[in-house]
Amino acid sequence: MSKLLRSLIWLVVMILGALAVAIIALHRGEQINAMWLVVAACCTYAMAYRFYSKFIAAKLLALDVLRATPAERLNNGRDFVPTNKWVVFGHHFAAIAGPGPLVGPVLAAQFGYLPGTLWILAGAVFGGCVQDFVILLFSVRRDGKSLTKMAHEEIGPLGGFVAYLAIIGIIVILLGVCALVVVNALKGSPWGTFTIVMTIPIALLMGVYLRRLRPGKVLETSLLGFILVMLAIWGGQWVSQSLTLGRWFTLAAPTLAIVIMVYGFAASAVPVWLLLAPRDYLSTFVKLGTIAMLACGIVVLHPALHMPPLTRFTDGTGPIFAGKIFPFAFITIACGAISGFHSLISSGTTPKLIRREGEIRMVGYGAMLAESMVAIMSTSAACVFYRGIYFAINSPAGIVGAAPDAAAATIGSWGFPVTAAEMHSLAQAVGEQTLFNRTGGAPAFAVGMAHIFSHSLGSAAMAIWYHFAIMFEALFILTVLDAGTRVGRFMIQDALGHIWKPLGRTSWYPSILATSGLMVGAWGYFLWQGVKDPLGGINSLWPLFGISNQLLATVALCVATTIIVKMGKSRYVAVTLIPLTWLVSVTFTAAWQKIFDPNPRIGFLSHARQLASAAAMPPGVARLIFNDRLDATVTGVLIVMVALILLESVFLWWKLASGRSQASVREAPFVPTRFALEGE
Amino acid sequence: MSRLRRVLGILVDALREIFDESAYARFLNRQQVQSSRLSYAAFLREQETAKARRLKCC
Repeated sequence: MSKLLRSLIWLVVMILGALAVAIIALHRGEQINAMWLVVAACCTYAMAYRFYSKFIAAKLLALDVLRATPAERLNNGRDFVPTNKWVVFGHHFAAIAGPGPLVGPVLAAQFGYLPGTLWILAGAVFGGCVQDFVILLFSVRRDGKSLTKMAHEEIGPLGGFVAYLAIIGIIVILLGVCALVVVNALKGSPWGTFTIVMTIPIALLMGVYLRRLRPGKVLETSLLGFILVMLAIWGGQWVSQSLTLGRWFTLAAPTLAIVIMVYGFAASAVPVWLLLAPRDYLSTFVKLGTIAMLACGIVVLHPALHMPPLTRFTDGTGPIFAGKIFPFAFITIACGAISGFHSLISSGTTPKLIRREGEIRMVGYGAMLAESMVAIMSTSAACVFYRGIYFAINSPAGIVGAAPDAAAATIGSWGFPVTAAEMHSLAQAVGEQTLFNRTGGAPAFAVGMAHIFSHSLGSAAMAIWYHFAIMFEALFILTVLDAGTRVGRFMIQDALGHIWKPLGRTSWYPSILATSGLMVGAWGYFLWQGVKDPLGGINSLWPLFGISNQLLATVALCVATTIIVKMGKSRYVAVTLIPLTWLVSVTFTAAWQKIFDPNPRIGFLSHARQLASAAAMPPGVARLIFNDRLDATVTGVLIVMVALILLESVFLWWKLASGRSQASVREAPFVPTRFALEGE
Repeated sequence: MSRLRRVLGILVDALREIFDESAYARFLNRQQVQSSRLSYAAFLREQETAKARRLKCC
């Protein structure tokens, strides 16, 4: 293709992308089509990948196609295996794509579709993709070392220790919030609960099938598991209509919370092959298929967005979570734009599979663009239904009232008309008793997804699609929950092993039980707090999750910036320093407001003071006050830990810039690759 | 047609890598053994620590 033609094509992509973003940003009054979001995203991502990531690869990182990667040098056929770039891309995407980009954009839609969409596009291109890309390369250049190890070696021992503690704290909060989303999706829903409960025997059956009958045939087993899950969804309808079975599976939020804690404990303590691995395979199988189906559904249906670009809740009075666009839209979107957790994957399994340095750009930068596309689809799914319905589903009873008529009247008074009858017929269409106060984002996403699937795939079976979506989200989240509990358990065991050796032995059952209990107790406390919170729990816990996730990204960008300075590439340091500065301002502002804001709906301490100042203290209020103070303390501790890493990093940069310290990067020595002659 | 076959091949390879089928094939090759219940159990034991320590992203 001639250079002129290529330039013309890129010019068209640029103009089309700019037009789509302009329509999204400037259109007022009439509804716009969801396809504009898709077009804006595709063009922005194409431009970013072609130009920005190439600039980073060439100028900042200087990817060296002649340099052997650890997959080649340390190839052991196990962890280190040179792998085809597309295969690594699929592997990396499957590992980083979690429930965050599905739930976060749904919650952030309370500000309208505009803030979320713009942040997903800009945050991914300049923040998330950059973080994943540079951390992946730096890990590859250091024999696949983990983020904590790199923090220890490149910033200092304090950095490594704080990163380790921060990761445990972040995992605990993440698991508590994830569990709360599942509880809110399944409470009072016999159909959904039955389907999810059935995934446990299905996973056990898959485990036995894989181990005994068809050893190693995971794809085949996952297909079998998928068919069984579909049968469970179909059977759930029958269960929900049965008087006896329907009652068994209609569980209140506290009961569900206890069940999930027991499940988390069991999943952490049983052998991996029996439950954890089969459920993981099943979840990945469903996840990849559903994301592909959702993308096709949005393109085929290209629905109109009923949500306005900006709602009145930009002033910080939102019913789903309180706080203004800055910083809370950014905290809430989280993983769809930038996720600290990705840096753990980019410095985990992926760097051990990369065959050539030249492929890191596609895997690191490209997979995050794909994840960001998932967040754009989630925004579309959240904004396709009428705004009154969106707020009726997502607003907690503590804000709008528990009675349908009262809730509809409150939401109507905000200028978002909805009636109790409308909500009742929607609930009936999806096979639920009610859709009022179904906070957490998962039910709203499921309704949006069911709407898209049932209209684009030519079937009106809303109820089946809704429960398919609920199953998809819950399965996805429970996989994070059981894997996270186990990883947390190992981290605690590693630490306790320094105090008393037997506690560090991962096969010693007293230690397994004690540390599993400790881990489940920690996230279970946050879950219980959310379940008992009259404001639904999401108002306090999701921002806490967002802050902790973005703080981990801050740690990753600190490590990346330090390495860039040490490499002598300070003139390009803005590539990581600008997203780092932005994240610091967002997370520190959000943390400050969550702790000290005088508005009791935002500030933990002012909420505690408001509760304490009531003349008569009803039972349970003392616990709410304690929870507020605990949340404030956790937020404060996380912020102080990250501030320490930041200060240590800045001090190091200053020493390097002023010549007080000699830069020494800890890269593995150069070894020429055998794959140099292979084509890109 | 050959390009389509190549794309499908890569897709299947990616799925086999994601679902650890390739890892099992490499294990069999490394250990010079046939696929069986015993060899799969040995593979799972080898994988156990690594897999159990693998964090799922949010």
